[in-house]
Amino acid sequence: MEYIIEAAGLVKKYNGKTAVDAINFTVRQQECFGLLGPNGAGKTSTVKMIHCFFLPTAGRLSVLGMDVRTHSRAIKRQLGVVPQENNLDPDLGVLENLLVYAGFFGITRSSALNRAGELLEFFDLSGYERERVETLSGGMKRRLTIARALINSPNILILDEPTTGLDPQARHLVWQRLRHLKEQGVTILLTTHYMDEAAQWCDRLVIMDEGRILEEGKPQELVLKHVGKEVLEIGLGNEPAGVVLDHVSGMICGHLIIGDTLYLYSAGGQAVLQALQHFPGRFTHRLLRYATLEDVFLKLTGRGLTADGKTVAGYFPPGLEGAPASPGCLSKDLESKHVP
Amino acid sequence: MSLNFIEPLLYLSALGLGLGAYVQPIEGMPYLGYLAPGLIASSAMFATSYECTYGTFIRMDFQKTFHAIIATPASIDDVIMGEVLFGTFKSLLYGSTILLVVFGLKLVSSPWVLLIPVVLALSGLFFAVLAMTWTGLVPNINSFNYFFSLIITPLFLFSGVFFPLTGMPALMQQVAWFSPLYHVVKLTRGLAAGDAVWLLAGDFIWLLAATVILLPAPLFLLRRLTIK
Repeated sequence: MEYIIEAAGLVKKYNGKTAVDAINFTVRQQECFGLLGPNGAGKTSTVKMIHCFFLPTAGRLSVLGMDVRTHSRAIKRQLGVVPQENNLDPDLGVLENLLVYAGFFGITRSSALNRAGELLEFFDLSGYERERVETLSGGMKRRLTIARALINSPNILILDEPTTGLDPQARHLVWQRLRHLKEQGVTILLTTHYMDEAAQWCDRLVIMDEGRILEEGKPQELVLKHVGKEVLEIGLGNEPAGVVLDHVSGMICGHLIIGDTLYLYSAGGQAVLQALQHFPGRFTHRLLRYATLEDVFLKLTGRGLTADGKTVAGYFPPGLEGAPASPGCLSKDLESKHVP
Repeated sequence: MSLNFIEPLLYLSALGLGLGAYVQPIEGMPYLGYLAPGLIASSAMFATSYECTYGTFIRMDFQKTFHAIIATPASIDDVIMGEVLFGTFKSLLYGSTILLVVFGLKLVSSPWVLLIPVVLALSGLFFAVLAMTWTGLVPNINSFNYFFSLIITPLFLFSGVFFPLTGMPALMQQVAWFSPLYHVVKLTRGLAAGDAVWLLAGDFIWLLAATVILLPAPLFLLRRLTIK
């Protein structure tokens, strides 16, 4: 079995809406695979089909070599699921949450106790066995939910936005533990809208929007392919974008305007910055930084992950026809795109 | 939860002792002895009905417990049947507790009362299925008031818990046949009296048939609610 998860032409429709629109992807054993996209992109629907919560409307989906339509019990036996919302049982204590959950997998009481002890230790929750779930902090609840998902020593751990709503320390702690699991050979399927997390942890990822997969690949390769190495952010203030673009034409390989910020993509941002030294107008800010997955996402969807649609002014074709195609910023990838 | 046991005992003392002082023996039983088996049946019905409306809805909607469980090898049908069995257990627990109290007060004495838990299990199963059908049809916490005021309370009042229906208009007596609690009360009271118990077979079959007919409803409705 080369692929641990295989989706082909996968479709999910409900309430007359197409949540997932004929997507194809594969996940290999022991990789960390990311599903990225804004809210409503179809990430959670995809994940819910994988853990057999609901059936695909059309297409093929196999998990661990088994069809989700016919082998849901056998598949679920080998999965660990961390849902978007913590659904720990508030009627039970911390340890009981793990033990009762183990019961659903048919794990004997004594092995469940051992496993629960290990997991609580691993997630820094030792000493809280008897606590009520409501008394835990958000980060602790999240860790307990992940611990619960691991009670059956799953082959695949499915994490639906595991760090949303956590403070930076709590996020960090969750990721430390997830890295350990990855090293132990657990396949991780992750949805997130934190691009930095995805870039850091995913071996491969797909970017989804409106039920479709826009792009697939390794995080760094996607960044190089779509937006090059560096991004110069310019706060336009009252300056017209067109004038600025004329000034740097031929030096950039693409740009995007969101609100009054102009993003200039290039293989060498320093040269672009230099060229703008002598620009007569006044900018509110200039920032030269490395290109990130967020930029890829902006380019592919024409909008930010968290920004509402109104702030998007448009995405224009690259500066000049004769712009030098830098290795990291291929001109063929930069088609014209207008966002209404 | 344990305080819920008090309510039927309040009815028993207030009506059984207070009202009972003015009431002639009914069907050969002193009023307290007549009322007690009725309250066993009705308190079991209430316990199950609360569990499978408010309780089920809170676990399903607020706590997302259903979602947590069906991420394991358990299926949604397993979860729904688990809820039904939990409702049945509540009926057994509450009904049997009242039975023990009533037995301790020497209000019932026939050995047939040992079969009352069987009746409580079957009636619990029926009322669990009934309440979860409502929960599936009107999944809204405010709707449960209507379930109690439109269905459960009328059953409580007009199923022969407090008085025989023979004094009611003929139409009321005929309608009572459709009340599940009417059959449960006939069973508990018949077993408590202990004579001609074979005449109760019809009531048992009524409940069994009603349960079997209604069982697919909560499975269908709650499956559809949980998994879109």
